[in-house]
Amino acid sequence: MAQQEEHRQTDRSLTMSRAMVEAIAHEMREDDAVFYMGEDVADYGGIFDSTEGLLDEFGRDRIMDVPISETAYIGAAVGAAQKGMRPIAELMFVDFFGVGMDQIYNQMAKNTYMSGGTLSVPMVLTAAVGGTYNDAAQHSQTLYGTFAHLPGMKVVVPSTAYDAKGLLHTAIRDDDPVVYLFHKRLMGIGWLPAPDGPKTGVPEEAYTIPFGRADIKREGADATVVTLGLHVHRALAAADSLADDGIDTEVIDLRTLVPLDIETIRESVAKTGRLVVVDEDYRSYGLTGEIIAGVAEAELAALDAVERVALPDVPIPYARPMEDEVIPDTDDIKAAIRRVRSDE
Amino acid sequence: MLGVTELQDMYETMVMARHYEERLQEEYLEGKQPAFDISAGPIPGELHLAAGHEASGVGVCHHLRAEDTVTAPHRPHHIAIAKGVDLKAMTAEIFGRETGLSGGKGGHMHLFDPDVNFACSGIIAEGCPPAVGAGLAAKKRNTDSVAVAFLGEGAIDQGAFLESLNLASVQNLPVVFVIEDNDWAISMPKERVTDVTNGAQRAAGFDLPGTRVDADDVIAISDAATDAIGRARDGNGPSLLEVQVHRRMGHFMGDAEGYRPDADRDAATRRDSIERLETKLRANDIDDETLDELRSRARERVDDAIEWAKEQPEPEPSAAYEDVFSSPPSEDPERAPSVADTGGED
Repeated sequence: MAQQEEHRQTDRSLTMSRAMVEAIAHEMREDDAVFYMGEDVADYGGIFDSTEGLLDEFGRDRIMDVPISETAYIGAAVGAAQKGMRPIAELMFVDFFGVGMDQIYNQMAKNTYMSGGTLSVPMVLTAAVGGTYNDAAQHSQTLYGTFAHLPGMKVVVPSTAYDAKGLLHTAIRDDDPVVYLFHKRLMGIGWLPAPDGPKTGVPEEAYTIPFGRADIKREGADATVVTLGLHVHRALAAADSLADDGIDTEVIDLRTLVPLDIETIRESVAKTGRLVVVDEDYRSYGLTGEIIAGVAEAELAALDAVERVALPDVPIPYARPMEDEVIPDTDDIKAAIRRVRSDE
Repeated sequence: MLGVTELQDMYETMVMARHYEERLQEEYLEGKQPAFDISAGPIPGELHLAAGHEASGVGVCHHLRAEDTVTAPHRPHHIAIAKGVDLKAMTAEIFGRETGLSGGKGGHMHLFDPDVNFACSGIIAEGCPPAVGAGLAAKKRNTDSVAVAFLGEGAIDQGAFLESLNLASVQNLPVVFVIEDNDWAISMPKERVTDVTNGAQRAAGFDLPGTRVDADDVIAISDAATDAIGRARDGNGPSLLEVQVHRRMGHFMGDAEGYRPDADRDAATRRDSIERLETKLRANDIDDETLDELRSRARERVDDAIEWAKEQPEPEPSAAYEDVFSSPPSEDPERAPSVADTGGED
């Protein structure tokens, strides 16, 4: 199923935030049902640059600053979507989901089902995720597993500018609610430097990336690393480093959690026999367990060794030595790959 | 009426709070120049400084006792200082040190000092319900302590605030809600996102007294707080107080405030509540020498706390695993499988 994306030839590379803005602008030009609501999305251009420059082109009626009332404006997006609009609502930090969660998981996610399919909710909920800059327990979470666990939401997590644009086009055109989680560290914001990987070539024209197709960011024969978001880049760094020791690691970027491309993972594990799942979300009852269970159900006999690398089950601490301890880094991923290879 | 000695105390605390923010700004920017990297330097992460908010914290907390509860938002330092939070331990927490209030787990938005019943939270308006809970505990235990929830004007459209007003009102709880109006919710001016220009108007819908203090003046704020806190202490229920303050710095350090007109920022700098109080003190025959002494003492305490904090050790990485629970689940060496447990013999 999955294959390495053929990145169309382009001389132009963009940061992830610019790629997202381009997709939003394109969809807004094409379809006047699309509009954007959020805190500080107008004059500020989004705290994480997610809407930078859009106010100038589209004005306040379509790039809407809203009160700090997540229940009201996320719920309003649900209501407008049910009336045929295509709203994009931004939750500034995913950690703030608690403030408006009923509208997200009991309304947005369930109305299509509860209405027996007579209603659809074509909206996108965007949110910034992730730590690594010492913002402590209420501003550093990813919560990938939380949204993916609750039925009725498609969940998207881009790791590069190319993926970010294509997946956002798909998200806005999708007739269902899509939760689009972008990692702060990948956006290319001036005050929060990104690693090298997320800034990629991005075609100027619109393009879509289908949901449910993982991307093999690096092919390898000896071990499979499955990950997402920021940790795609940390896994690629680990793989590059281990290549010097003769360990050939495959890195799979999930890109979407719902739907989940278990088939690409299964095929990879059938080849390598060794699986490491890397997540920036909490360890228990989450993404790492889900991926491993899915592979065990599909390909148990091929599975020689398994490791998971995730946040321990503690809130994310502020001070640098403790935050560094709990958020998986490249060395943690390398060690896990070595462990699944230890019988070689 | 405040006596001149009280005014001098308030002045000293306000100078301390202002100097604290100015010193933290310097420390915060260390390692973040020329390229600003939020995760670099001795204080990483977001930092929301409260320069220009001093009159609110000091004017209100002047009337509180250690056993009274205060909850503060993400911009908490001036309130913490006025409430008497241990300055050294708070500073060590902001620097992420082992001897900080929380051993480095919380950071500047999450300061907890149970000795003086102070706490803050980084989520808008979410300090309101716990303040209502503190008021409920006081009522149930029949004490005369009160609870004060501070919030920004951007928070008055949040459900947690509105629900708290109703619960405190219907239960007649000893709670005071203090809205600090600095005109800006990050980049959003209140007239664009809020239906009222005067946040105290929210009180009417919940049948409780609401007052707004227009002047960024610690004496006027103190007078209004005396009434509201007195009502709560006497068992006469909650109040809502809105006070005008000014944001002299960006929403967070690193916020270039491109959205903010220069005139607005200049006006915020000109309307200085500390200078206003200084004028009042001079009118009460407090001379330059005394004012100098108050200022020096305030600044010295801040400088000492910062110097002390920077010498403190960083936490061990393994400390990250402690404190998830007060009573951590433990391994039971006698553990045997539980089968059809009925809790005892039938």
